[in-house]
Amino acid sequence: MAFNITVNGMVHTVDVDGDTPLLWVLRDTLGLTGTKYGCGIAECGACTVHVDGVAQRSCTLAIEDLDGSEITTIEGLSSGGAPHPVQEAWITEQVPQCGFCQSGMIMTAAALLSETPNPSDGEIAEAMTNICRCGTYDRVRAAIRRAAKA
Amino acid sequence: MNHMAVSRRTFLKGSGAVVVSGLIIGFVTGPAAARTGAGKLNTWVVIAPDDEVRILIGYSEMGQGITTSLPQVIADELDADWSTIRMEFAPADAAFANPVFGIQGTGGSTTTYGSWETMRAAGATARAMLEQAAAKRWNVNASAVRSENGAVVNASTGESLRFGALALAAAEETPPKVPPLKDPSAWRFIGKPVDRLDIPAKVDGTAGFGIDVQIPGMLVATISQCPVFGGSLKSVDDAPAMAVRGVKAVVPLKNAVAVAADGYWPAKKGLDALMPVWDEGTFAGGGSDTTLKEFHATLDDAGAVADAHGDLAAGFAATTKTIEADYTAPYLAHATMEPMNATAHVTEDGVTFWAPTQWPGLLTIIGAKVLGVDASKITVHSTYLGGGYGRRFEPDFCLQAALISKAVGAPVKLMWSREEDMRHDFYRPGSVCRMRVGLGEDGLPSAWETRIACSSIFSRTVPQRVKDGLDHTSVEGAVHLPYALPNRRIDYRLMPSPIPVGFWRSVGNSQNGWFTESMIDEAAHAAGDDPLAYRLKLLADSPEHAAVLKAAADAAGWGKAPAGRFQGIALVESFKTIAAEVVELSVSADKEITLHRLTVAADPGSVVNPRNFEGQLQGALVYGLTAALYGRIDVVNGRVEQGNFDTYAMVRLSQLPPITVTLVPSGRPMGGAGEPGTPPIAPALCNALFAATGERIRSLPLMDHGYTLEPVWG
Repeated sequence: MAFNITVNGMVHTVDVDGDTPLLWVLRDTLGLTGTKYGCGIAECGACTVHVDGVAQRSCTLAIEDLDGSEITTIEGLSSGGAPHPVQEAWITEQVPQCGFCQSGMIMTAAALLSETPNPSDGEIAEAMTNICRCGTYDRVRAAIRRAAKA
Repeated sequence: MNHMAVSRRTFLKGSGAVVVSGLIIGFVTGPAAARTGAGKLNTWVVIAPDDEVRILIGYSEMGQGITTSLPQVIADELDADWSTIRMEFAPADAAFANPVFGIQGTGGSTTTYGSWETMRAAGATARAMLEQAAAKRWNVNASAVRSENGAVVNASTGESLRFGALALAAAEETPPKVPPLKDPSAWRFIGKPVDRLDIPAKVDGTAGFGIDVQIPGMLVATISQCPVFGGSLKSVDDAPAMAVRGVKAVVPLKNAVAVAADGYWPAKKGLDALMPVWDEGTFAGGGSDTTLKEFHATLDDAGAVADAHGDLAAGFAATTKTIEADYTAPYLAHATMEPMNATAHVTEDGVTFWAPTQWPGLLTIIGAKVLGVDASKITVHSTYLGGGYGRRFEPDFCLQAALISKAVGAPVKLMWSREEDMRHDFYRPGSVCRMRVGLGEDGLPSAWETRIACSSIFSRTVPQRVKDGLDHTSVEGAVHLPYALPNRRIDYRLMPSPIPVGFWRSVGNSQNGWFTESMIDEAAHAAGDDPLAYRLKLLADSPEHAAVLKAAADAAGWGKAPAGRFQGIALVESFKTIAAEVVELSVSADKEITLHRLTVAADPGSVVNPRNFEGQLQGALVYGLTAALYGRIDVVNGRVEQGNFDTYAMVRLSQLPPITVTLVPSGRPMGGAGEPGTPPIAPALCNALFAATGERIRSLPLMDHGYTLEPVWG
């Protein structure tokens, strides 16, 4: 089956089984490996991307339900060559350790800030349910606060 | 040497970030030629004509920041311009052996303390060679030139030559016999919170992890191993998988079946369609509960003595009060964020791995045996590791990738599902412990007895390190404590079991630190003393440990918790670093815990990158906290019950208060960074819980006792 999706502003027609999760279309079909596999059951958030502007866990989104959707991945978060304010804050606060969960963290944080430009600590905690096994949570919170002020 | 080639443009774009995986292949025929113009000054330092200083890193980057810390050390002694520094992962090569182990690998929190003197010498030697080359160029005495931020300056004329212009000539120079090390007062990078070189690539999605490797012609495979430990594959009908679109091959292995396809999803669909017939072997009825009960039943038997001092019997005879308690620590999975995976290409010429491995040196040795090729024909390219914590010491998943590649005759990226990762780990050993402590008239321990029973990690991994029934990793954290325990005996029962055990962040210290620091707390309360004051009395002859404990207590405001909040403290030295932690919490009548403050203090002797070190302590604390609350792997009917994060829960951001870190480097010999933050958290947490509720937790995790962890941010 062929499906049309727009990823980071480019239209793609992908010929895969309809039950293929968006995650694997991004990684294996389109070669966009910045979005990670961590659990496959939408628990960890490593695969978070924006679907029509909303943060979603791509490991459980079947491509057949996304025909015509606009997807943004970590590779397309910044525009015009400048890092996204969340990415800048992530660098300033030196957030990542192993880094594997961080694409998903950043995509979740960017969606939070576009919805809620100045989130409270409670709103940050509610949105940031992603798992980080390196335990970078303290710096994730600090970076979101910093990006909110930027 | 197969260094990863990255164009200058990519380097600048990534601000010094290394680029791995797909790009290795893409560039291999490009800039490789340009690289021949670079000057190799020694194993670790290569300088290109354009001034790029390439630092080769033989260690694995799994989040600990080593790809910045080691360049900091080299750059300082080299007197380099930091903006020209770039790190590259070195291939598996004996030249990059970890000096602590004599083999290339990353573990035991050894990297920085084990190799920083070597890195200093590497930088200093290279600087001397650059200066010698400049002196020749100017036809002056070597003493007439000096280095200055990436250049060599002619002191009399003021002329200056960049390192890049000197590198080729310098590579021909004879290195000085004694590296001209700088005085530490002249360091510009060591001890400073230098920004990590790997972070730009980790925020824009370009950092190449194992699962991101792409090789032309590569198939993606996934695997199902016999669910029962020790079992094997009897037979499998490959037809249902072959009927799945995209599936290319079904590969039976000794104890597993793999499906290779043109992507992960078809491979998984193919695997799910298979009905493999397993020979479940002898452990099909086995379980972790039964196993731990069997361990427990041996506690009255004699064990191998791990630490003994004084006269235990006399010590007990002199007691006014004896306390005794049995503790049980569960099996734990590592659950790295990146599930196990590796890419391998087996050809007639040899085997190439692209792998997120902690131990490329071990992979080479074991790979040679398992694959029947000479070790010299095995090439290992390291990728970034999406977490290691000891799991990626094991070469199992890499060897599987090679076996599958061999079977299908193509490069293969093998990716385990999360469930496979959790069910085929090498677990933190489940361990049981009986402690008896006799308190003298002064309330201090006049006798201290610890009996431990658990499986041995070394008996499988490094059998020569098991001597007289003693595996140090089974007792570390319970022996040679800093406290004054004049009459003591700590012994060990080595318990074989089919449940595979391995190195889990902080290894034996993770459970033994909990046993020991819980018991010290029990002793303090039995003596009617404050847990901090009691410990300090026992640390009269261990001033460095006392200083760390006090630093943690001061930073946490020990004894000054607001009404309704309670504190617990613990101190564990591991991997040569002393760490103390304080937990401040409140507990509702329904056993809902809220954490209010978490405090860490540590003395690692000296620190190369303090911000990085702080991050390691915070992360190690969270890792141990997660385990203390939720961590338990159950084996039932020979197989692991948990499979994913819905059944093996993780602490999230909402539940964590700020973690305050205080570093108190005393100048003692340098210690490790990655693990020492883990052991003190479980006892500090349980001790705080005792202060709050009077309930002494003697088995983990806390959820088994009805406790939950509530959000802290409202």
